[in-house]
Amino acid sequence: MAYMHIGKDFVPPDVPGKVTGRIKYAEDYTREGMVYSRLLTSPIPHARVLDIDASEALAMDGVFGILTADDVYPDGEPQSTGLKILTNEPTLVGEPILAVAAIDEKTAETAISRINVTFERLPFVLDPLDSLAEGGANAYPGDQNTFVFRQGFATEKWTEDQVASFRAGNEPTGEPQQTWSLGDLEAGFAASEFVYETTFTTAGYPHHSMEPRSAMAYWEDGKLYLHGTSQSLTALADGMAPIIGVPKKDIVFINAATGGGFGQRARANSIPSMAIPAKMSQKINRPVMMRITREEEFTIGGARQGFQGWIKVGFKPDGVMSACDLYIISDNGGKGGGGDASSAADCIDVLYQPDALRFRGTSIGSNTGHRGAQRGPGQNQIAPIIAPILDKAADALGISRLEIRKINAPHNGDVAGPRQTPFTSAYVPESLDLATQQFDWEGRQARRRQRKGSKVIGLGLGQGYHNAGRSGMDGIVTMGTDGRLKIHNGVGNLGTYSYASTSRAAAEVLKMPWENCDVLNVRTDNHLPITSPQDGSNSIFTNTRTMFGAATDMLNKMKQIAANDLGGDPADYDVSNERVHQIADESVGYTYADIARRAMELGGKYTGEADLPDELAEWTQISVSRLAGSAFMGVYHDARHEGNPPGFTVTCCEIELDLETGKYAILDMVTIADSGTIVHPQGMENQLVGGAVWGIGLAGYERHVYDPQNGLPASTGYWQSKVPTYLDTPVKIGTGWVDLPDPENPVGARGIGEPSMGAVSAALAAAITDALGGHHFASAPITADMIINHLAGTEENAVPLAQNNFRG
Amino acid sequence: MNPKVTRRRFIKGVVASGAAATTTGMWYAANGQNRPSGAVERLIRINVNGQLRSVDVAPQETLASTLRYKLGLTGTKLGCNRGECGACTVLVDDVATYACSVLTHSMKNALIETVEGLESPNGDLHPVQQAFVEELSPQCGYCTPGQVMAAVALLRENPNPTREEARHAMSGNICRCGSYDSYLDGVMRAAQLG
Repeated sequence: MAYMHIGKDFVPPDVPGKVTGRIKYAEDYTREGMVYSRLLTSPIPHARVLDIDASEALAMDGVFGILTADDVYPDGEPQSTGLKILTNEPTLVGEPILAVAAIDEKTAETAISRINVTFERLPFVLDPLDSLAEGGANAYPGDQNTFVFRQGFATEKWTEDQVASFRAGNEPTGEPQQTWSLGDLEAGFAASEFVYETTFTTAGYPHHSMEPRSAMAYWEDGKLYLHGTSQSLTALADGMAPIIGVPKKDIVFINAATGGGFGQRARANSIPSMAIPAKMSQKINRPVMMRITREEEFTIGGARQGFQGWIKVGFKPDGVMSACDLYIISDNGGKGGGGDASSAADCIDVLYQPDALRFRGTSIGSNTGHRGAQRGPGQNQIAPIIAPILDKAADALGISRLEIRKINAPHNGDVAGPRQTPFTSAYVPESLDLATQQFDWEGRQARRRQRKGSKVIGLGLGQGYHNAGRSGMDGIVTMGTDGRLKIHNGVGNLGTYSYASTSRAAAEVLKMPWENCDVLNVRTDNHLPITSPQDGSNSIFTNTRTMFGAATDMLNKMKQIAANDLGGDPADYDVSNERVHQIADESVGYTYADIARRAMELGGKYTGEADLPDELAEWTQISVSRLAGSAFMGVYHDARHEGNPPGFTVTCCEIELDLETGKYAILDMVTIADSGTIVHPQGMENQLVGGAVWGIGLAGYERHVYDPQNGLPASTGYWQSKVPTYLDTPVKIGTGWVDLPDPENPVGARGIGEPSMGAVSAALAAAITDALGGHHFASAPITADMIINHLAGTEENAVPLAQNNFRG
Repeated sequence: MNPKVTRRRFIKGVVASGAAATTTGMWYAANGQNRPSGAVERLIRINVNGQLRSVDVAPQETLASTLRYKLGLTGTKLGCNRGECGACTVLVDDVATYACSVLTHSMKNALIETVEGLESPNGDLHPVQQAFVEELSPQCGYCTPGQVMAAVALLRENPNPTREEARHAMSGNICRCGSYDSYLDGVMRAAQLG
């Protein structure tokens, strides 16, 4: 289909501000009379606050107030997972206990040093399996170590022998908290020619967004103005209002740009620290800035769940995956939360369509960084574990590594997951073909395992998947008498440019030149509709639907007005060149400026004062009510779609691994996407290469490390964690896409942000395994130390399946 | 171990770093308290983007703090404040420098350039900025000013770098979004733009 905007590059309006430094992040703002808040955080991994003596601090000149958990939770802290605003029972080092506001940060820090907090020290644990074993310490309040959905905190224990057997590499025998299955597992394994079984680990690690989550707040005329950070403005503000305790109509959230989110700034309950300056400002009646340091960002910024797992996979002689049995203990960190493990099983079912699959999982806490959604939560941890298993099966069955993936690939019409949901569309075989052709996969096979001095070549092929679309959100567009199209968009600006690219769906409907469109975002008092959080790779699918719908509502209204005024039926009219006109005689019509004027003269449904869609979210209703009567308006509530809109990626890579150092260079890499119609090619390429860098980190570098004696985090910085740099990534990453439309989206689009990471991590793990002659570490990351130990025949100096330490 | 331990006693006894002592020193320098009497001269002049700026500087104040909190040049970002990420990169006498890791008092005879100083007086973007726009190099944008300054430093020293040379020259700047490819595309285009 020929589009005016879709599939074409453009300059998103915020980009000049990013290259000049003019765009403002939360910490760049200032306000007359602003004071500064600093945090007192927990120095120990698990404790209970017995007493806080702040008398000396509060007597200091320049100190304006203190905020404690008792202030923000007068009825007691909620018994739920996730970080609290402030807490009296910290379960990880660095968790905020209280905040002090002062004339400057030096004074605030000095005041904090004069506050005497008496802690009762409680037992702590860093490895979930240590907690799972009888007698092991428990991470959570009330001496509990897990959280059961809809039941609350609980305690889960296995015998020491059961844990020891699991660590020794055997199938876990403890009762799982969660299980689901498909097909006949026993029959699947009975039909298998090749069966592979192993335990595995994947590491937890922090999000480490570049912008620490600083926030500034003030109250004016009863309204809260909150400068913060988010992945989507209205999704965040909608959830933040009740956390702070302010009506939705009385919060203005300001967020022109967000310095990285990756899942941990999507929802208000993952960033409750923004309530601290809001509450403090309310208490002391001054604007309050709370700057967050890198170390604090590490602690309150969230982390990926680590896995301690066991997997058994069977393949028939023809290469079909006949059975997969998966058991995962997931590390829920210090605050609980996260459902990564089940998503990992779902990912295997989607990508490889096994005849039978069983998932068993148990979540156990540790007194480490709090866990939550991080780019492809679950799907991406399992990707580097499963890819080398596919290769082993291919080698054993005499099938090519490409062919075994094509044999098991999902197709249009297939279903997957615990509810056997059908795909809205799927073009994985096409993606495999495109990737391997662009990479010359077959031509490179002769290079496999070739050795030159200490260097050896490895080839890897990987796949990634994530559910990539939602629905049920709202859209608003307006037009004034200047005839410009104003697109009210609550999608956040965190680097995907989705706030702009989804807006182009509205411009497309009205055939509006982009230079005559204004995207209204930045602050919620721009009258923004509710959006889904910009997470789960959903924004393109979800919000092109709403933008398209709102613009279509405006288009229909244009035709109605024109038909009423100028004769004929609305169906006799179309739009072009910023006019609505008769199809038969284009001279009969209105300019957009004229039609907007007519709409405002008519009022009622044309200006948002009547006949609004049912089921508009409260947030959207507030925005529409404030706009009503002021402009020609299109309003839309998106009905739910059918099926699972998937995002798929395929990656090919070639590495050169140095057998003397254990390090490897990525010589070449190509990543291909199947994500429907491409809305914004440059943005798409950015998501593919950005996801690739994250995949490189997952496969080879990033991990939590904690001091086992005191529970102190040792990976609070970029270097220790370790985030990939220019030198850890290929000189150039090849990208491409299948570009076939999805029928459930009006412009054919699906998302891609998360799968791009999974495929790369899978390809890299496969390439490392290949270079090492098939040695499967069954671990992410695979570090140089692990490779060297393997090559030297040295046992690793780590407890098997260790979490939050140097292995896994 | 005594089950009851005060924060202060614990830190004194066990912890010298980490989250408990989260941020000591990060922004103190920008504030004017607890100054040592008779020590370093406070009011100094520094040359920023070609302008001499008089500024009250604490003895331990970093250049990043001065730029952001005294001079309002918030284009220079603080990502880590510990010399790891490069978001605060500025040019000091044409050399890419982490502004979080140098003291403002050492800058008295230096020429400091920040991202705000790159545009021409008529508002034209610097070739690096223009190239970064055309290649859509930034994602979240928080590291972008630092990446811009690192690229400017590279191209002044080596106007026609290879991609491999550019990759090494830029390697002191982390991009958590992983936009390295796009930044390198931008550097190579900027070299063409001159």
